Amino acid sequence: MVGLALLALAAAGGIAVGAQPLPLGGVLRALYDDTAPAASVVREVRVPRTALALAAGAALGLSGAVLQSLTRNPLADPGILGVNTGAACAVVAATVLLGTDSQAAVVWWALTGAAVAVVVTYLLGRRGPGRGGPEDLVLAGVAVTAALGAVVSGLGALDADAYGALRIWSVGTLAGRELSHLWHLLPFLAAGAVLAFALAPALNALALGDESGRALGIAPGRVRLLGTLATVLLCGAATAAIGPVGFVGLVAPHCARLLVGPDQRWLMPYAALTGAGLLLVSDLAGRVVARPAEIQAGIVTAFIGAPVLVWLICRERTGRRA
Amino acid sequence: MTGGTPVRKSLEPRTSQKPRKLPEAREFRAPFPRSLRAVRARWRGRPALRLAGGRLSLRVRPRSVAVALLLTALASAAGLVALTRDGVVTPTEVREVLTGGGSAQAGFVVLELRLPRVALGLVVGAALGAAGALFQQLSRNPLGSPDIVGFNSGAATGALLTLLHGDPSLVPLGAAGGGLLTAAVVQSLAVRGRVRGNRLILVGIGVGALLTSVNSYLLTRAELAEAQSAQLWLIGSLGGADRSQLPPAALATAALLAAALPLVRRLDLLEMGDDSAGALGIPVGRLRLLVLLVAVGLSAVAVSAAGPIVFVALAAPQLARRLTRGTGTGLLPATAMGALLLSAADLLTLHLPTAGPLPVGVVTGGVGGLYLGWLLGRRGR
Repeated sequence: MVGLALLALAAAGGIAVGAQPLPLGGVLRALYDDTAPAASVVREVRVPRTALALAAGAALGLSGAVLQSLTRNPLADPGILGVNTGAACAVVAATVLLGTDSQAAVVWWALTGAAVAVVVTYLLGRRGPGRGGPEDLVLAGVAVTAALGAVVSGLGALDADAYGALRIWSVGTLAGRELSHLWHLLPFLAAGAVLAFALAPALNALALGDESGRALGIAPGRVRLLGTLATVLLCGAATAAIGPVGFVGLVAPHCARLLVGPDQRWLMPYAALTGAGLLLVSDLAGRVVARPAEIQAGIVTAFIGAPVLVWLICRERTGRRA
Repeated sequence: MTGGTPVRKSLEPRTSQKPRKLPEAREFRAPFPRSLRAVRARWRGRPALRLAGGRLSLRVRPRSVAVALLLTALASAAGLVALTRDGVVTPTEVREVLTGGGSAQAGFVVLELRLPRVALGLVVGAALGAAGALFQQLSRNPLGSPDIVGFNSGAATGALLTLLHGDPSLVPLGAAGGGLLTAAVVQSLAVRGRVRGNRLILVGIGVGALLTSVNSYLLTRAELAEAQSAQLWLIGSLGGADRSQLPPAALATAALLAAALPLVRRLDLLEMGDDSAGALGIPVGRLRLLVLLVAVGLSAVAVSAAGPIVFVALAAPQLARRLTRGTGTGLLPATAMGALLLSAADLLTLHLPTAGPLPVGVVTGGVGGLYLGWLLGRRGR
């Protein structure tokens, strides 16, 4: 309940604060009055932006929770494991090489890229010395991210116009989005979320280990496949909308775990809430700190998330925590 | 040169029958013709170079020396191919120009247009290879190269700050400062917990992610044209090489390599563990610090000359090690391998059928990513 209240407060902040200073009363009036002076700013810029931050943040937080429990890995994050970069790489390649610009096509490219990246990372990480332990997966993700990042920057170097257009997107930003972006994504996000929530009990059972899970009537292989599918749907769609934003999927589940403990059925909604709040606050902070310019949300989340990653690594003693 | 003692055999345990089999099996596997094997056998008895009546001595592995020489020759050959590409000048003309003669036209093409790029590629590659070898030995991990653990990102942040907000001539200083600062932060964070090989790397990845986003932020704030040239620089490119860059980069690389050589021998002893090395009289902490400084210096030289080119520092020491089949740092083979890799990659960018020449960092990034995947896939076995 407190979480919801805070989120509502942050959302209100997202609508009330912006590059153009508006009095609070004017903003409120614009929400229900078409003719109010601030109506266009509030309705066409701030509301979509806030809604998108909520949706994408929730998707990233939720996918982080699914990934962390699937891999039994506290360091798993769609950004670190290369999923976001995979989606971004596919989008950039489609834009530069094929000239794709319709939003619907971009979403499909992002999903494909995310799927390929996650499969490659799994395959590489599974063969490390720790048999797919946390550190192996992270290293595999770094390898995938590095190789794909080189591709992205190479494509940018080849095509100056595309570089101009994608330079800001490729950092991860919420600026300049419209509600139509959101409508394109919503089906994918909804499907991913439903799948994730449906898997929560099975993931709980799997947290005990594959054998115990099987004894409890769960098919580990199928759960993994479906969980990965959910991650790909959530991350791919979020990346298509706002670019590769990292670390939300890392931080949000940890915050949620501190709040409600390790039960996935509680953890997942809270991770989604925290993710939405985190992205919203990051976006807000990016807008407020450097006014009237803004810092892209992806950069703010990296500033929040990277120290958390370092702290998690330093705290890690025995290697594995569920 | 005097004969050393054949230490190996006398140290073999004679208790069980199993260990006796090992040398034979290894001899059998060596893919050498009989005569070369005889040469090897003759060399094996005297693996040390002793000067000044034995006060100065250096252990020499003939295979490492041979590999280093071969790689150097290959790197020079790649350079020569780059100088004579498209048949504008012939190898003979190149030789004449380099020895001070030749026609004015050939001189212009070779000295003004092509040599800076080729030579800078060799120097930067060598610096990257050496830095990678030192870092990997320091962290005792094949992934501990400056591009993975964030030092390159730090150097790039420093360089970007000076490039976009200050004086472009200060870029080397900015790169060195950024690299050193990052190294200090990563080291202190990694040491605060218990030092484990992978922890240094993971902490470095975290810090590197942070710095990368700082770099992207700097880029989004800059003007488009400026950002584009800075982005090109960030990928790592030899295209902008000019003659004035060459002497400082070459001198700094040579000086740092010379500083590294005496450190390497003691560094290799750290492989036995810090405690044993300390018992042998090695000041472990100071040695690590010195090696770290030299390695950061080498990567800063490379970054300031050509931008943060990825994966050369990661791959060169590993590939060289596979060739020498040696243990330890393998500084010189790694250096030669770095020079070869970078000049070959640069040569490739000039021949790829793209609209314009790609920056060399794209090639090393693509190839290196595949290599890294292979490396990770192999580690488990």
